[in-house]
Amino acid sequence: MRDFLNKLGLTFAFIVIVSPAVLFFLWMLSLSLKFEIDNASYPPVFIPDRINWGNYAAVIESKRFMTYFFNTLIVTGSATLFALIIGVPAGYGIARMRARKSAIVILIARITPGLSYLIPLFLLFQWLGLLGTLWPQIIIHLVVTVPIVIWIMIGYFETTPMELEESAIIDGATRWQVFRHVALPIARSGIAVAFILSVIFSWNNFVFGIVLAGRETRTLPVAVYNMISFDQLSWGPLAAAALIVTLPVLLLTMFAQRQIVAGLTAGAVK
Amino acid sequence: MSELTAGKAVAKTTAAVAAETATAGKNEWRPISYWPFVIPAMIVVMAVIIFPWVYTIWMSLHEWKVGQAPTFVGFANYLRLPSDARFVESVGHTLVYTALSVALPLILGTLAAVIFNNKFPLRGLFRGLFILPMMATPVAIALVWTMMFHPQLGVLNYLLSLFGLPPSLWVFHPATAIPSLVLVETWQWTPLVMLIVLGGLSAIPTEPYESAQIDGATPWQTFRYISLPMIMPFLFIAAMIRMIDAVKSFDIIFAITQGGPGSASETINLYLYSVAFVYYDVGYASAIVVVFFALIVALAGALLHLRQRTHWNDAGGSA
Repeated sequence: MRDFLNKLGLTFAFIVIVSPAVLFFLWMLSLSLKFEIDNASYPPVFIPDRINWGNYAAVIESKRFMTYFFNTLIVTGSATLFALIIGVPAGYGIARMRARKSAIVILIARITPGLSYLIPLFLLFQWLGLLGTLWPQIIIHLVVTVPIVIWIMIGYFETTPMELEESAIIDGATRWQVFRHVALPIARSGIAVAFILSVIFSWNNFVFGIVLAGRETRTLPVAVYNMISFDQLSWGPLAAAALIVTLPVLLLTMFAQRQIVAGLTAGAVK
Repeated sequence: MSELTAGKAVAKTTAAVAAETATAGKNEWRPISYWPFVIPAMIVVMAVIIFPWVYTIWMSLHEWKVGQAPTFVGFANYLRLPSDARFVESVGHTLVYTALSVALPLILGTLAAVIFNNKFPLRGLFRGLFILPMMATPVAIALVWTMMFHPQLGVLNYLLSLFGLPPSLWVFHPATAIPSLVLVETWQWTPLVMLIVLGGLSAIPTEPYESAQIDGATPWQTFRYISLPMIMPFLFIAAMIRMIDAVKSFDIIFAITQGGPGSASETINLYLYSVAFVYYDVGYASAIVVVFFALIVALAGALLHLRQRTHWNDAGGSA
């Protein structure tokens, strides 16, 4: 009996703590599927009688939505890929040199507000004549992605065993071969964690875009923000747009939560 | 399978040899041979992190509006700050915002971690749902919160009315703007505190709990005298991370209130944005960046100091 009561209490506690998150996203979904008349009614309608898929159609068919989608894909993809190419070897090098102190730069990068990078880099991009292309955003997203990748990879390479690498060296392998064929395969799960977190934080980034993006080079978060200020005052399409922007991240979180939790807490606890 | 074990055996013997030979030459060859791995990243870090910092410090010593030539003014930009009422006010807003955005997620996150530390079917699914707010795109959720805050049509005032409470103006009134934003921040970041504290809780051995149960301790006593002291280091880390993120908070505030109404929720970061990208006063903005960074470091230092003091107290108490 007491066991049963404990179970019941625990079930109740779990429902209570996840409900703010779950109800919020359900409400977001509800807003995005309603006709304007239901969205503007009081008391609010939670489950509408009729569903308006038109909100989603309006967003997807709207001018430049696809451009903004591909912009986001290009910026996030390039910044993540480049961060992995240079960050994974760097994490390896730092771990093997036991030069963790050099990671202080990464800590400083973590503490510094994103806007601080924007002022000097904005002026630099202006001087180089890069504004109006996607390059400034790809480059400045490295401020987000490179530290994440290096930080996570240091942690992973510090825990992978040295023995195999030492024996490969004795067998005559070069440093690069050891990295490529011994260390890298073992660190695959770490690379997955770095990749996922890098993608999410780059995808979500907003502050760099509002300054650096022009009409043709906006990413989705910036495009959604601009919808509030200019085009749209009706809630249905706005909520639909918001959900479309964040849906890839929500799905990734649900499917890769083990990696996300590992990455976030590894960075925190060390 | 056999290959794997063989590989392991080889690894073991060669490791022993390597250990013998390495002790002598370790420090000479190691640093040199690993440099090539680090250099590409160093170049990028120099370009996107170190260069902006150096350039910012240089700019902060100049009177410079975009489109004009910079003139050297020494520390004049810094001296302007104390008499800039809008800046001073933004510091106050930042401190209030940060204090609340550290304390509330810390309390709620610890509570959530205690619940998540129990075995429960579908716990993984619940954890996934629970962490959605912190991973979701901030601008997207800010948009929905803005709709929820709407005084006439928003769902939050409807919820208040269900409990018989009077409606609030939320972000549309100066007095409630910051608390409302803190509500969003708390909703968003409680999961991170939960994850960190959960990591601490799950590392505690079961013996102390078993003996506490035998001694007939209440759940509160168990938490207060066993769990809490053990998770203190984790709470400290969570507080540190939360502080750094809350001070820098931008997306949520910018998308929901843009620092308004008036300047009621204008934090340093928001003011910095205006100075740099609305007034294009990059010299002054750079001075704000430097002071802002110093403030974050000072707050981190204060937290460290606080931790050392409580640590000392604990040691004194037990002795």
